[in-house]
Amino acid sequence: MKLDTSGLESAEPVWATFNELADGFSAAPSFELPNTTDFDGFQKEAIQMVKPAKGTTTLAFIFKEGVMVAADSRASMGGYISSQSVKKIIEINPYMLGTMAGGAADCQFWHRNLGIKCRLHELANKRRISVTGASKLLANILYSYRGMGLSVGTMIAGWDETGPGLYYVDSEGGRLKGMRFSVGSGSPYAYGVLDSGYRYDMSVEEAAELARRAIYHATFRDGASGGVASVYHVGPNGWKKLSGDDVGELHYKYYPVMPSTVEQEMVEVAGA
Amino acid sequence: MARYDRAITVFSPDGHLFQVEYALEAVRKGNAAVGVRGTDIVVLGVEKKSTAKLQDSRTVRKIVNLDDHIALACAGLKADARVLINRARIECQSHRLTVEDPVTVEYITRYIAGLQQKYTQSGGVRPFGLSTLIVGFDPYTGIPSLYQTDPSGTFSAWKANATGRNSNSIREFLEKNYKETSGQETIKLAIRALLEVVESGGKNIEVAVMTKEHGLRQLDEAEIDAIAAEIEAEKAAAEAAKKAPPKET
Repeated sequence: MKLDTSGLESAEPVWATFNELADGFSAAPSFELPNTTDFDGFQKEAIQMVKPAKGTTTLAFIFKEGVMVAADSRASMGGYISSQSVKKIIEINPYMLGTMAGGAADCQFWHRNLGIKCRLHELANKRRISVTGASKLLANILYSYRGMGLSVGTMIAGWDETGPGLYYVDSEGGRLKGMRFSVGSGSPYAYGVLDSGYRYDMSVEEAAELARRAIYHATFRDGASGGVASVYHVGPNGWKKLSGDDVGELHYKYYPVMPSTVEQEMVEVAGA
Repeated sequence: MARYDRAITVFSPDGHLFQVEYALEAVRKGNAAVGVRGTDIVVLGVEKKSTAKLQDSRTVRKIVNLDDHIALACAGLKADARVLINRARIECQSHRLTVEDPVTVEYITRYIAGLQQKYTQSGGVRPFGLSTLIVGFDPYTGIPSLYQTDPSGTFSAWKANATGRNSNSIREFLEKNYKETSGQETIKLAIRALLEVVESGGKNIEVAVMTKEHGLRQLDEAEIDAIAAEIEAEKAAAEAAKKAPPKET
């Protein structure tokens, strides 16, 4: 099978022949079409194959002191929990984070690729890339692979010259700027806690606790989320991991077991 | 059938790229162009050959903008310039689309220089026969810049520079008389430099001014004439002053 390495090329494609002499934008990176008879069905099947894999809960929000990013760490394959210790918050560079939801390999690869592009931008332009620019680079790449089975639901969070930035980018090619996002199968539950507890002027500790609680509640109700709730903070000097708490332990922290008085004891019934 | 892969620009035994050097000759025959950077303003001036009576002078613009905050003037083959300018304009918009930010002057200069270099290392094409002066403001810091590119594809930043016919004399003048200026002073310096080699008069030079707030503004003939007159007056006063001192002890 021919390996596709178009994602590994730098932003400007190498021109073998001189189609440059014709005016126009440089072509977006593109795939050869897959070798299959049923092209429509193939796309549907590919999407179905990865659909269950968005079993996760990730969230991020902007507040006064920067951006808070949190995620669970469970990976599930249908009903089987394949791992409880997946790193779903990817460090693109010292001042930008990406979250993983959807296909783990897709997210990891494309975030790494984005990190490469961000570094090349820095070297070429002698200044850091903005969160806007980085998220747009990723969104453009994902758009060019649209319909080919990539499954990526990610948030790009960072701090640049204009302050904190948060963008949601997905494999349909969508890109949204916002103050609060949650992505994954556990997101409805996380939104409930996040939206009701959110205030713009929270301190870093308050915001971290809100993020942690939102992830915990999502893992409590959503079977596809669990493991460890990681919380990161992105400030003017870059990101910093604040905590990584096992959600089981968080449960007993929030709802400690009270010794209850025994009202009735079960008594052995005499006879059979 | 002709094959297009035969390179036109090849090395000579002593390490020269003659096509590039010939392109530089073409530049040296082109109209003089001068660029001066001030603290809050950048000025471009170009020698204008008197337009024929029946020619519509508005269609012979020599100073063009590439984006709201970047302008370009060039010396050399004007037809080549048109191609380069169109590509640069597309790149400015393409950059806005892919990273949601306007280009910096350095970025677009690097792009144009890269394009010029590509044509010195490809089969079947000749180098562009022009040098450009690119001015603009950095969209974030607001700092003005002036860059120059040439047919070989090299580029660098300048405080003031000239290209085209008699560029050496203009550059000498600028080296002697350059100082950090702003606003009207910068415009005067640019026009003074250009008038070193061009006949005086508003109809022989085209001047454009770029500021952060107002973008590119072409000066009309009357304005240029007024400034030229001011310069003449200053020169006459300086001459007179030179003759006066010997009388005092």
